[in-house]
Amino acid sequence: MAEDSKPRVRVPRSATAGEAFEVKTLISHKMESGQRKDADGNNIPRSIINHFSCDFNGENVMQVTLHGAISTNPYFQFEAVIQESGTFTFTWNDDNGSVYTDSKDITVG
Amino acid sequence: MKKITLSATLAAGLAIFAGSASAQVDLDAVLNVEGMDITTRAPAADFLDIDEVISGWVYRTKETQALQMDDFENPGMIFVDIAMDDWNTVDGSEGKSCASCHTDGPAEFAGLRAEMPRWNEEKGSLFNMEDYINLMRVEYMGAEPLKWAKPRMDAMVALISLQSRGDTINVAIDGPVSDIWEQGQELYFTRVGQLDMSCANCHEDSYGLMIRADRLSQGQSNGFPTYRLKNAKLNSIQARFKGCMSNIRAEPYAIGSEEFRALELYVASRGNGLSVEGPSVRN
Repeated sequence: MAEDSKPRVRVPRSATAGEAFEVKTLISHKMESGQRKDADGNNIPRSIINHFSCDFNGENVMQVTLHGAISTNPYFQFEAVIQESGTFTFTWNDDNGSVYTDSKDITVG
Repeated sequence: MKKITLSATLAAGLAIFAGSASAQVDLDAVLNVEGMDITTRAPAADFLDIDEVISGWVYRTKETQALQMDDFENPGMIFVDIAMDDWNTVDGSEGKSCASCHTDGPAEFAGLRAEMPRWNEEKGSLFNMEDYINLMRVEYMGAEPLKWAKPRMDAMVALISLQSRGDTINVAIDGPVSDIWEQGQELYFTRVGQLDMSCANCHEDSYGLMIRADRLSQGQSNGFPTYRLKNAKLNSIQARFKGCMSNIRAEPYAIGSEEFRALELYVASRGNGLSVEGPSVRN
């Protein structure tokens, strides 16, 4: 259970066109670096979130490639500017092939 | 001559530390979580030798304090989300989840954390949150009990503690628990381990001072389970006791032992008047 990855996202419900606002994302993940060894001296295989992207109405806003040195529960905070209402979609890609997504609607008013 | 120089240097060093200590702790900092004011200082109970009980939150740095004031920034809330999934997951021979019986959700337990641990009349023993969770799992769900101080258990304790956030700690110390409470008090003031220290040496005599690079708090348990930046996970009260005992080079009691149960009750009662903070953030 506790090993499951769970995304959390905070986007304001509404924003002003052309004005920057804050987006925060966080996903629970153990981010095993691949550098550690278990009690028997065997390598623990790398298991991390290797890619994150944020899209708005199908258009890419930002993407990040993650590497082995990023600590547990990766957190991103960035600013975005939009001109119209729509939906943010967030995607995290896991080394094991899983894809975690979340989406948030935002209104320009 | 050399000796005199050394002690003079030491004295100067101590003075610097004492000066910076008072400069850094802001006793008037206000803990406001998502718009809710939380009591971090309260008059101490009569049985204590201190005047005021102070939440460990006060002794953390501004940055760590800020993490707890926003549920998004609080990494402990990740585990609350995970526990919420667990809440809805069917487990055991009866084909039930927590949600099957507790139809109003975890909110049914509002206020419970503030009274824990407490006497369970039916079972005739002192119960803490872990005991209640496992009682439900075994007797009503037909499921395996969860192991104490493991992620799944700590997350569930955090979910239930969260329902009482802001409630005033009010742990009963009289009646059937009075003997256990006395035992807990005894343990709190008994020096143990190679460093020959008791809980009180740090948390009653020396709170607010630096212990190496860390600032001593009163060791209050109102914020547990606590997300620690040190190990990036939730920590239960008794796991923290174990860590403290290792630090003073004592042989820790087992998690779930009679000794730790008694100590948990006594420490919880020292925090009467503070607010439930769990899951809190500490370093």
